[in-house]
Amino acid sequence: MVGLLSTALLLASACSPAAQPSPTSPPAAKSSTVSANLTGAGATFPAPLYQKWFDEYVKITQVQVNYQAIGSGGGIKGIQDMTVDFGASDAPMTDDQLKAATGGPIFHVPTALGAIVATYNIPGVTTKLKFTGVNIAAIFLGDITKWNDPKLVADNPELASINQDIVVVHRSDGSGTTFGFTDYLSAVSPDWLQKVGKGTSVNWPVGLGGNGNPGVAGEVQQDPNSIGYVELIYAIQNKLGYAQVKNKSGQWIDPSLDSVTAAAASMQTIPADLRFSIVDAPGPTAYPISTATWLLAYRNMTDQSKALALTRLLWWATHDGQKFNNDLAYATVPAAISAKSEEFIRQINVNGTPALPAQ
Amino acid sequence: MLTTADEGLDDRSLIHGRGGGDTGDRIFHALVLIAAAIIPLTLAGIVVLLLLDALPALSRYGFGFLASSTWDPVTEKFGAAAYVFGTVVTSLIALILATPIGVACALFIAEYAPRRLGEPVGFLIALLAAIPSIIYGLWGFFILAPAMRSAVEPFLKNTLGNVPVIGALFSGPAVGRDLLVAGVILAIMILPTITTVSREILRAVPNTQREGMLALGATRCETIQKAVLPYARSGIAGAAILGLARALGETMAVTMVIGNSSTQIRASLFTPGYTLASAIANQFTEADKAIYFSAIVELALVLLLVAGAMNVVARLLVWSVARGPVGSATRAG
Repeated sequence: MVGLLSTALLLASACSPAAQPSPTSPPAAKSSTVSANLTGAGATFPAPLYQKWFDEYVKITQVQVNYQAIGSGGGIKGIQDMTVDFGASDAPMTDDQLKAATGGPIFHVPTALGAIVATYNIPGVTTKLKFTGVNIAAIFLGDITKWNDPKLVADNPELASINQDIVVVHRSDGSGTTFGFTDYLSAVSPDWLQKVGKGTSVNWPVGLGGNGNPGVAGEVQQDPNSIGYVELIYAIQNKLGYAQVKNKSGQWIDPSLDSVTAAAASMQTIPADLRFSIVDAPGPTAYPISTATWLLAYRNMTDQSKALALTRLLWWATHDGQKFNNDLAYATVPAAISAKSEEFIRQINVNGTPALPAQ
Repeated sequence: MLTTADEGLDDRSLIHGRGGGDTGDRIFHALVLIAAAIIPLTLAGIVVLLLLDALPALSRYGFGFLASSTWDPVTEKFGAAAYVFGTVVTSLIALILATPIGVACALFIAEYAPRRLGEPVGFLIALLAAIPSIIYGLWGFFILAPAMRSAVEPFLKNTLGNVPVIGALFSGPAVGRDLLVAGVILAIMILPTITTVSREILRAVPNTQREGMLALGATRCETIQKAVLPYARSGIAGAAILGLARALGETMAVTMVIGNSSTQIRASLFTPGYTLASAIANQFTEADKAIYFSAIVELALVLLLVAGAMNVVARLLVWSVARGPVGSATRAG
């Protein structure tokens, strides 16, 4: 009974003037006729953002979006087997995965960007450490085993006195964070590319595995002289130190939402299908270990009302929805990339007719 | 029951043939038959499903799946040896630690403690079994692992670490997330199982056994040693193996303290490891390639087989002790 009552209140509040959509997103503004509910599943990294988005979205449009954060692998499987209305993934689908999709072509719509930081806990170290990508790769390969290794001391004189073994912490579960991190290491270290490679799970040469971002942050916090990698927000929340990383143009860059957006904006060529990678971006202010996350949508849909609801949702997510990104520690997608997403959203169709009404 | 076992059997066969003509009775008969069939059908369904999903990995890797310890999703090389090793080693550590404590505790409750003390102690131990494994995991992560790293493991390294042969078990840097810590957590988790089952077994030892020994002038300790424990031996073994079966499948608590590192098979218990159950739980959600998914399902199949075999052995042992003289009326009743 309480549930019914609160639903009724929610519906009532959705009709109040304050909750009307802003005029900057014309298609979503004509929302009163949509009655479909949407089901999506996938990546856990953007789940808090999507939760916030869909909470906001139901207030504006009365379209309920049910999102299940089951992991990127599950999201990809879901859209391949057509068990969801949309998927979500932290790694773009591979050509093989796209071929295996039973519902035809699939669009990638980037929704948010994030920074992966090398986070550490070294008693006695107070300044911010600086790592090159090659050194991070060497630590995670087990080639650099001590904090006072000359290669590290060269950039961080303070480490000269830390004669301690490095405790490496990585993710034990498959994750988009691991994909972004190993994608970066593969880009900067030929050794890494050859010995380990990139993926949501890899065969770690050394280290302890922690479950999820909180698991890695927790282990780094507890184990002295450790290093791990987490999404930026988890290093901040746990008050852990995190390193500046040298980018492609030779600058030491602090991870931040701005330096992540700068990384995406500085990519010279963005593939037409938006299956891009923004690690090791060329911009002078670009943070090199930057990643994106995508919503996955069918190009050809059969249910008119669902197609309308989904295209409006995607439009809203890539426009008005972006204003929620920074508050939840996600970087916004540069406008130039969202402009490409718009083209995809307009191509989503039901039996050849575009689902989104022309403006 | 005042009748002997044989008379009871006769009563039962007498009852069995009666009252079968009623329609309602037939419906009820069908209902209980269906209910009973659900269990074997579920088990068969699980095995068939696992086999189907594991088929690509089974045919591609064959026996190499059990022989190799490389688990590399990027190059699609999958071998479960390190996981099987971690599963077996942590379970054995748990068994070795928990069995003596569990049996001693059961002896106290069944042989020494007055009833008004034994009952609450037994209840508290049973309560341990009701604690969700994630709670054990959190406790292990925040309390046990740091304590093992900073106190217990350095101590073991400095003492047992210098002894020839077994010293190899306690060598290398102590990070507090390794096979030993996982074994200790598991030992705590299977302690209630071993204690509770052992207590029931000890209570089932007929009093005539004890009376005979005491009449010969034996002390209480000798009575337990010579008359009670030999009688209950295989039942206690069954209790330990039931505990082992639980340890084999435990996932959450182990994942939080074992280090989750799949590449190393080393003698040292201070090596971070991985178990079959943790590997499945950790990697299932992001298994994005078909063969990767299939390999994980094969891990489940391997785990099911290991756990199933353990359960069969436990049942055989318990059955062998239950066949002996029934002493329930003499003590508990």
